[in-house]
Amino acid sequence: MDREVAIIGGSMTKFGQRDAWIRELLSQAGEACLEDAGVEPDDVDHVYVSNMASGEFEGQGGIMNAVAHDLGLLPAYSQRIDQTSSSGGAGMYAAWQSIKSGASDMTLLVGGEKMTHKGTGDATDIIASITHPAEYKHGVTLPSFAGMTARHYLEKFDAPRESLAKVAVKNHENGTRNPKAQFQKEITEKKALESPIIADPLRLYDFCPITDGSAALMFCPVEVAEEYADDYAVVSGIGGATDTHVVHERDDPTTMGGVVDSGEEAYEMAGIGPDDIDVAELHDMFTILEFLQMEGLDFAETGEAWKHVEEGRTAIDGDRPINTSGGLKSKGHPLGASGVAQGYEIYEQLVGEAGERQVDAETGLACNVGGFGNCVITTIMEAR
Amino acid sequence: MSMDAIRCPNGHVKYPTHPRCPECGEEPVETIDLSDRTGEVVTWTESTATPPGVREPNVLAFVEFEVDGTPVRALGQIADNADVETGDEVEPVYADELREPGVGLKPADADQEWDGYRFRLSQ
Ligand SMILES: [Zn+2]
Repeated sequence: MDREVAIIGGSMTKFGQRDAWIRELLSQAGEACLEDAGVEPDDVDHVYVSNMASGEFEGQGGIMNAVAHDLGLLPAYSQRIDQTSSSGGAGMYAAWQSIKSGASDMTLLVGGEKMTHKGTGDATDIIASITHPAEYKHGVTLPSFAGMTARHYLEKFDAPRESLAKVAVKNHENGTRNPKAQFQKEITEKKALESPIIADPLRLYDFCPITDGSAALMFCPVEVAEEYADDYAVVSGIGGATDTHVVHERDDPTTMGGVVDSGEEAYEMAGIGPDDIDVAELHDMFTILEFLQMEGLDFAETGEAWKHVEEGRTAIDGDRPINTSGGLKSKGHPLGASGVAQGYEIYEQLVGEAGERQVDAETGLACNVGGFGNCVITTIMEAR
Repeated sequence: MSMDAIRCPNGHVKYPTHPRCPECGEEPVETIDLSDRTGEVVTWTESTATPPGVREPNVLAFVEFEVDGTPVRALGQIADNADVETGDEVEPVYADELREPGVGLKPADADQEWDGYRFRLSQ
C-alpha cells in the first residue's frame, strides 16, 4: 500500500512552569488537537504518546492508556514512545508508519513531559541517566558534553564565541512572537555573554530551560485529509538514525552522525535537497547544536554554520529562517513534547497559521535530537 | 582495577568494552589496559551545575590515547579539577569514588561502577 501521509491538525499547550501533571498536560494537547482537526474520538485508530520519563519524574506509568481513556479513544491501539529527547520525533515516525502501512486511518500523536517540580540537579540526573555507565560515573551531564563540543568547535574552526550568543539572541527574539513559548523576552548578546558559566565555555543563555508542556498532531492518509481540511501538510520524507551510546567514541565530536544519516534518508525519500527547505526547526537544546545540525543537514558547509548566523541568514526574515517558534531555547524543552512541537511549528508555517511568526514556506524540516546526538529523527513536510 | 579497551580482528580499538566491536560488529579478540599509558586532551569543560553526589565544579575532558597507531578516546574527570588546556599530556590516576554512590537516581548496587580513573597532567 503506497499512501501519502497527511497532517490535518495540531496543538500545543502553554510551555513553561505548569501546575498540571503529565496526564492533564497530555489530555489538554490531545483534546485541542481533536478539535483543531475536527476529528471525533471514535475515529481515532491509533494513539502514540511520546514521553521520556514520567515514571522517574512523577511515578506515573501507563500514560498511553491514560490518554486513550481520558479522551474517549477506546479501543484505539495505544503505545508510549521513549527515545529520550527525541521521543517526539520518534512519535512522528511511529505515527507516519501507522498511516503509511495502512494499519491506521487516523492517528493521534501526543508528546509531553512534566519536569519543573524537580530541582535542576535531580532533573539533570534523570536526563544524565541515559549515558553509558562509563560516562555516568564521572558525573557527566548533557550540558558538559555541550561544553566540550562547543570548545572543540570554536577551536577547530576558529569561530567567535559571540556567534553562539547570537543563536540565543535570535531564538529569544522569535520566542517573543510565540504566545505559547516559556520565555517572552528578548535578550542582548552582552547579557548572554555575561550570564553565569554552566559548562565552560557555555553559559546559562546557551542552554534551554527545564519545562512542562505538551503538543499534539493528527495524522491520516491524504485521501482522508481531503474530507477534513482545505489546507494541510504531508510528510514527504522522514528518517531516523542512531549514533554511539558512548559520546567520546565518535570519530569527530563536531559531527553528529545521526543528524547526517537521518537527514540523508529524509531528503532521499522526499526527493529534494537542503536548498529546497524554506524553514526549519532544529534541536537547540544547546546553542552549539544549532550549528552542528545546520552542518549535518547541509544547510551550511562544515565549520561555517556560525557565519550564517552572523550574517542573519537564519533570522525570521533571513533566507532560511531557523527556529521561528523560538526553538527549545526560548519556547522550552519538555523532553517528550519537543519533537512534536517542532512538527507543530512546521505544520503551522505550512498551512499559514503561524501568526506573527509566519514566513513564506512551502517546505519545512524538523530535526529532533535525542541524548547528545545519540538518536535523531529528521522530518520533511510540504504544504498542500 | 584496569582501564580496559577492546581490539577487534579488524584492528579497531574501543573504550569502554562492548560485546561486539561498535564499528564492524566482530567479536573482540583482545583487551588492552589504557591505565599505564599517557594521552592528550582533545577538549575539556568545567561543569558548574552538577547532579547530586557529583563534585562541584567538575572538570571533564575527552582524552585521546594511541594504541599501536590507532587512536582511542576516553571521557574522564580531571584530578583535583586542575587547569588543563587542549593538547596537554595527561595520565590516568585511580580514584575509588568518582561520585557518591546511591545519591542520584541510580541505586548504589546498580549496574554501575563508582570507581575508575581520573586524568592528571603528566609529570
Ligand atoms: Zn571492528
